[in-house]
Amino acid sequence: MKKTISLKVNGSERSVEVEARTTLLDMVREQFALTGAKLGCDIQVCGACTLLLNGKPVSACSYLAVDADGCEILTTEGLSAGDRLHPLQEAFMDLGALQCGYCTSGFLLTAKALLDENPHPSEDEIRDYLAGNFCRCGCYQEIMQAIKKVRGSER
Amino acid sequence: MEPADIGKTFRRLDYETKVTGRAQYLADMSVPGMCHGKILRSPYPHARIAKIDPSKALKVPGVVAVLTRDDILHDEGIEPFYGPVFKDQTIVAVEKVRHVGDPVAAVAALSVDAAEEALRAIEVDYEELPAVLNVAEAIKPDATLVHESVKLPPSGFADLAELKPVEGTNVCTHFRLNRGDIQKGFAAADHIFEDTFTLPATQHSFLETHACIASIEPGGRITVWATTQNPFVVRTQLANIFKVPVAKVRVIVPYLGGGYGGKVYPKVEPITVALAQKAGRPVRLVLTREEVFYTITKHAAVIRMKTGVKNDGALVARECEIHLDTGAYAEIGPRVAKKSGYTAAGPYKIPNLKIDSYSVYTNKPPAGAFRGFGVSQSAWAVESQMDIIATALKIDPLDLRKRNGYDEGDKFVTGETLRAVGLKECLDQAAQSIGWGKKDEGKKAANVRRGKGLACMIKATITPSISSAVVKLNEDASLSIYAGTVEMGQGSETVLAQIAGKELGIPMQTIQVLGVDTDVVPYDLTTSSSRSTFHMGKAVQLAAQDILRQLKQIVAQEYGVPDDQVTFAGGKIRLPETQLDYSDVMFKRFGMQGGTLVGEGQVKTSTKNEFGEKSTSAFWFLAAGAAEVEVDVETGKLKLIKYATAVDVGKALNPLGCRQQLAGAAITGIGQALFEEIAYDNGQLINPNLVDYVLPSLGDMPAVIDPICVEVPDPNGPFGAKGIGESALIPVAPAIANAVFDAVGVRIKDLPIKAEKIFLALEEKKEPSR
Repeated sequence: MKKTISLKVNGSERSVEVEARTTLLDMVREQFALTGAKLGCDIQVCGACTLLLNGKPVSACSYLAVDADGCEILTTEGLSAGDRLHPLQEAFMDLGALQCGYCTSGFLLTAKALLDENPHPSEDEIRDYLAGNFCRCGCYQEIMQAIKKVRGSER
Repeated sequence: MEPADIGKTFRRLDYETKVTGRAQYLADMSVPGMCHGKILRSPYPHARIAKIDPSKALKVPGVVAVLTRDDILHDEGIEPFYGPVFKDQTIVAVEKVRHVGDPVAAVAALSVDAAEEALRAIEVDYEELPAVLNVAEAIKPDATLVHESVKLPPSGFADLAELKPVEGTNVCTHFRLNRGDIQKGFAAADHIFEDTFTLPATQHSFLETHACIASIEPGGRITVWATTQNPFVVRTQLANIFKVPVAKVRVIVPYLGGGYGGKVYPKVEPITVALAQKAGRPVRLVLTREEVFYTITKHAAVIRMKTGVKNDGALVARECEIHLDTGAYAEIGPRVAKKSGYTAAGPYKIPNLKIDSYSVYTNKPPAGAFRGFGVSQSAWAVESQMDIIATALKIDPLDLRKRNGYDEGDKFVTGETLRAVGLKECLDQAAQSIGWGKKDEGKKAANVRRGKGLACMIKATITPSISSAVVKLNEDASLSIYAGTVEMGQGSETVLAQIAGKELGIPMQTIQVLGVDTDVVPYDLTTSSSRSTFHMGKAVQLAAQDILRQLKQIVAQEYGVPDDQVTFAGGKIRLPETQLDYSDVMFKRFGMQGGTLVGEGQVKTSTKNEFGEKSTSAFWFLAAGAAEVEVDVETGKLKLIKYATAVDVGKALNPLGCRQQLAGAAITGIGQALFEEIAYDNGQLINPNLVDYVLPSLGDMPAVIDPICVEVPDPNGPFGAKGIGESALIPVAPAIANAVFDAVGVRIKDLPIKAEKIFLALEEKKEPSR
């Protein structure tokens, strides 16, 4: 069964026809060709598929596209403003907060949601908020440093 | 733009595309006309396939092809048997299935859904067979055989030539190392220690699962996009399986979402190519998370270690038996077992050795390479027992290690001379980082005890091996680097650019490292074994020097300035009277703004070293780790407070990149030390997902991880650099176990070190009679 849904993707109004069972992840990857979010575990524990839905992180692998009807979606591709990268993207690069990069989209978006909610998170708050994102290359210390560098700064 | 340099952190070249979500990984790619592949897998650990009937599957709408054993057995163009060491694998099961998850058939369809539906419609009749599910069962004389016979390849790896399956048994290989006189050694010992250590299978769990796109042109040319760490090995294997010349196979590798050893040697490439051939159109196959667990694991091991020691702590004899569970297929298990055997003496001078290291077939998913490659198994035993010895002899564990540890010029167990050995510096610096020897002053609850532990290691790199590189100097003095090293997160692109840029004195911004495509880049054996900086880095350095040599020649010819009066600095050519840009010289040579200078570099390591001895490693990895833990004596709960990892990197070319490798490997080690474990029930893998198979997250990190780069340069590495990808992982588990012992006096000999094991050991210690 197909349904047409309307949503805002990275600031642009879009209308798209999806199957009722299409996941949000498949929709952004296949129908919008936004492949920054990745399928990792497929059961919403690894965080590689994280997207922001109305500003809050969701595991897009386990979220139905039809449930995003009328919502605003932000993907990594929408993080930068034109050529100007988001401060988190700059901090991740400067502090070495990624290796293979497969988890990076999820970490950046989750970190953005955290800082939008709580501009001055403590280390423990960062730890808690990002507990649902795995970095198998093990850049956790650098990720922590990058988020701490950006917290409280003008964004 | 400043010139590239070494010993200085540069922003990685792969970063911008990755943080913007633009980097293309395999599952992000598609090719025109592509259909989707899925694999039918065995539900049994061991069974004969009586019948397989794909007719109903072929009627599922959207299905293009179904691949079964009939396709690979009766096709003149396919050699059904393959494998990196022994030819014991088939594209799909032929007579029997040997582990749960063993591929039985595959479907190509217009959608993933249609392919999945078709899998359910394939009819397979299995006759279950008794299964051998661990090494203890597998080595019994009357054990069921996983393989009735094993085909050997006509030629294989030089370093594994002497290893063969033991006919009529499940012993895949038996590596022996004998040195000195073991009986005399034990007779001379004042104390003898004997312990058995075990560790479970674990899984690499790269977030990117294995995937492949295969496309076959009319005429038979094969192109695959592969998630592989060794494209040239995959190319050779595909050429052998599909009986085409190597030049007719093209392997393209995009950025990998992690490798850690789990993406070496063919994985899903043969089945994807066979499916694309049958379907007559390109096929993309992306494994599910569950399938990754059936594809490759790390070897579980049982290690019995008997060590003779003098009163002063000198190690004089060791007998060691290592049994590695290699699963249903040899994969690279024979080399893993060999490396475990070589390092069963640890980084210590032990004059008398008797080491037997076995890889053993069982009816479980195959085990292969995993960061640490056999040494993380042996080191668990070696380094745990060192502390058992230190405690019994009342010697400081740091002193015991330094008393026995290797120095520059010592002989390794093979008899070859060790070069560039920073072992003791690593030990000292790791120990110092956690305040070794100092009493802990921190506040803690009454039920909490603190402890500190150390461990160290030595490891070899794959030898002999080959890396070749080509660099092209373009007319504007920018540089293109052609190298077969796979960027899988380790930062190789950046380091290769730094090396070439340093040699030529040109900025990073003018250097492009090309993607890996076997049609384009020259041969490289593998991106594994911590070898790329040392080997490919050197090849790139030589290629850049080749460019300088050519520039000198052109200057001599075109400007009449003799060789010995030409020098290079800061990207300029200095002549007695003047200086020239590379682009001036290019213009002069080619007479227009165009032309290319091509530089070549090749590194071929040998089985003979510079001392004329038989050599098993082109360079040596030395490292130490130090852990500080808190243990709750009421619950056994363990908290890692600090972990310091000191690795002899030779020379840190990109210091931040080195620290990433050290901390990252340590974190993988922390997962394996504390909770990672593949669980089986009757041959069924019961936790093939990332909920039940737990990975370390930010919450599991100690407050501080201290990555320390020790620099003892290796004369053969580029600017003295050594490989570092694996070193930091290896000491983690024993360092933590030693810290637990220091904290609460219980010795855990079975990984992972879970709270319940500590708790039970504490209970047993309280009431030894029970």
